[in-house]
Amino acid sequence: MNREFIKSSVKWGVNNEGYFGDFGGAYIPEMLYPNVEELRKRYLDIIYEPGFQDEFQMLLRDYVGRPSPLFHAERLSAKYGTTLYLKREDLNHTGAHKINNTIGQILLAERLGKKRIIAETGAGQHGVATATVCALKGLECVVYMGEVDIARQAPNVARMKMMGAKVVPATSGSKTLKDATNEAMRDWINNPVDTHYIIGSVVGPHPYPDMVSRFQSIISEETKIQLKERTGSENPDIVMACVGGGSNAMGMFYHFLDDEDVRLIAVEAAGLGVNSGESAATTALGKEGVLHGSRSLLMQTEDGQVVEPYSISAGLDYPGIGPQHAHLFKENRGEYVSVTDEEAMIAGRLCAELEGIIPAIESAHALAHLEKMVFTGKESVVICLSGRGDKDLDTYMKYFNL
Amino acid sequence: MNRLNRLFQNKKEPLLSIYFTAGYPHLDSTLDIAEAVEKAGADFIEIGFPYSDPLADGPVIQNSSHMALQNGMNLKVLFQQLKDLRKRISIPVLLMGYVNPLLQYGVKNFCDSCAAVGVDGVIVPDLPMYEYENLYKDNFIQNNLSNIFLVTPQTSEERIRKIDELSNGFIYLLSSSSTTGKNLTVSNEADAYFSRIRGMQLKNPTMIGFGISDIKSFNKAAEYTRGAIVGSAFVKFLDTENALERIPEFIRSIRP
Repeated sequence: MNREFIKSSVKWGVNNEGYFGDFGGAYIPEMLYPNVEELRKRYLDIIYEPGFQDEFQMLLRDYVGRPSPLFHAERLSAKYGTTLYLKREDLNHTGAHKINNTIGQILLAERLGKKRIIAETGAGQHGVATATVCALKGLECVVYMGEVDIARQAPNVARMKMMGAKVVPATSGSKTLKDATNEAMRDWINNPVDTHYIIGSVVGPHPYPDMVSRFQSIISEETKIQLKERTGSENPDIVMACVGGGSNAMGMFYHFLDDEDVRLIAVEAAGLGVNSGESAATTALGKEGVLHGSRSLLMQTEDGQVVEPYSISAGLDYPGIGPQHAHLFKENRGEYVSVTDEEAMIAGRLCAELEGIIPAIESAHALAHLEKMVFTGKESVVICLSGRGDKDLDTYMKYFNL
Repeated sequence: MNRLNRLFQNKKEPLLSIYFTAGYPHLDSTLDIAEAVEKAGADFIEIGFPYSDPLADGPVIQNSSHMALQNGMNLKVLFQQLKDLRKRISIPVLLMGYVNPLLQYGVKNFCDSCAAVGVDGVIVPDLPMYEYENLYKDNFIQNNLSNIFLVTPQTSEERIRKIDELSNGFIYLLSSSSTTGKNLTVSNEADAYFSRIRGMQLKNPTMIGFGISDIKSFNKAAEYTRGAIVGSAFVKFLDTENALERIPEFIRSIRP
């Protein structure tokens, strides 16, 4: 048994009670307890099985196309006066980092003997990644998606259907990601035995935040090896990623958590501006609370009702943040900043023009923060380019009148 | 010993509890409904405080919660409304809701406010046992509040024993693992589950909830436990014409 596989940080990782500092836990109704408890008891043993690791690594290599390249973006580097590398998660099968997690969870679900998979999705990237692995493994797949998102993400809905998934509209509340998550949890309550819920981000009750970050940690594991080959040192000065729930950022930060001279910068979506009332900048606007089964930071009213977030990017349009991020924020291990819709769109276009890479609008948020940084010229920066912008062409076209 | 404990101790007939959402259908309907429910003969009342993301609830209670929030209901308003609770209502009253509004109000404040207005117990489905025991139990006990835990057909015996140890009112048995508002299915499986719990000889009494909507399901529940809780069926009824005056009729349709 290889306990070194996806090793967790002692200082920043989850504790025995499922908490990261003050955040995390499993705030779930009793109806979900047996499912979550089964997962909690077995997830580490299963992912430490050699058979699991072999299959996980084989699928990441042969099916996803890993390792994803670490690309030295020379023209962007010249523009900002720094050495910038892009971790190309956009080149993965299905076009984003989401598939790292769904591969891990489908292998886990198989070993738990589950026959039916459910998932929530916002923009559809996680839904597509889930439908993909269900087709690969021949498991029934039901994806909950807000009615509003179904209308604005038609190509991803078609992708899921083409791979045999059933897409169920979430018609409650604001009819977006938060409500799709509620519906998926209700489905799990009503199907307590044969179903596994593949949560798409580092949110939800323990063990999900820890489990999903372990599956995404391949991002920083590869980055270290690639940087070492390239520069002789496995650590850059700065690592950056966008954050909605925070799964690509957690994967990008994971193996740098204990290297405390590496700055970790997480970029949230400010929407129309942090104080505009139309924003998804959770660390700036949120207070401690409980949503979707964990204690974290959450955008809410004074009496604890969840506030509807806003961002031009559907993948960052979430009123909470993973509990481990809340911990890194509170303890100042990570720097949590935000950029507006406009700043992100401009950065997305700039990346396309200077590097020939059209980033997802989510990832463009991370790029946009470069504008606000001051470099001496000696720093090396790695940005997680979490997804490709094909799904966002419609938004880019409208925004820039292309 | 609070009103709830005394009720379970003194009354031998099957008990009926009615759930409804505070602030629904109108912001001010809370106490009027409670009073009508008591007059119609229910044994105790559960008043739901609304939350924007009620993930254990089916469409009926999702809708009543949503409407109540639209009407302006929150915990501050509710405790204001309940100031005169004990002038108008004498049966036990529980508050039921999700943990986040409670955390924002402050758990200690919440327990103090409950005691001040004469609430006897609390049901918070997503407050975990671990956090209750380690962080909040003292607040509940100091205010003589019963904390009610849920049990499903999938809950292990070991966990039920632990719940029994931590409980001081009754244990809420879910008829099946489901969100609220489904019909009770009287299957062999359900029979075996209810019998199993009865055979455990728990120190706390039990009640069955989720899926109780008529005489048949109420009687079934009373066969195995001290009685039943009706939620979605009553909330749905509140949406019908002249519901407030017709509450006795509704109660008779469950327990004649």
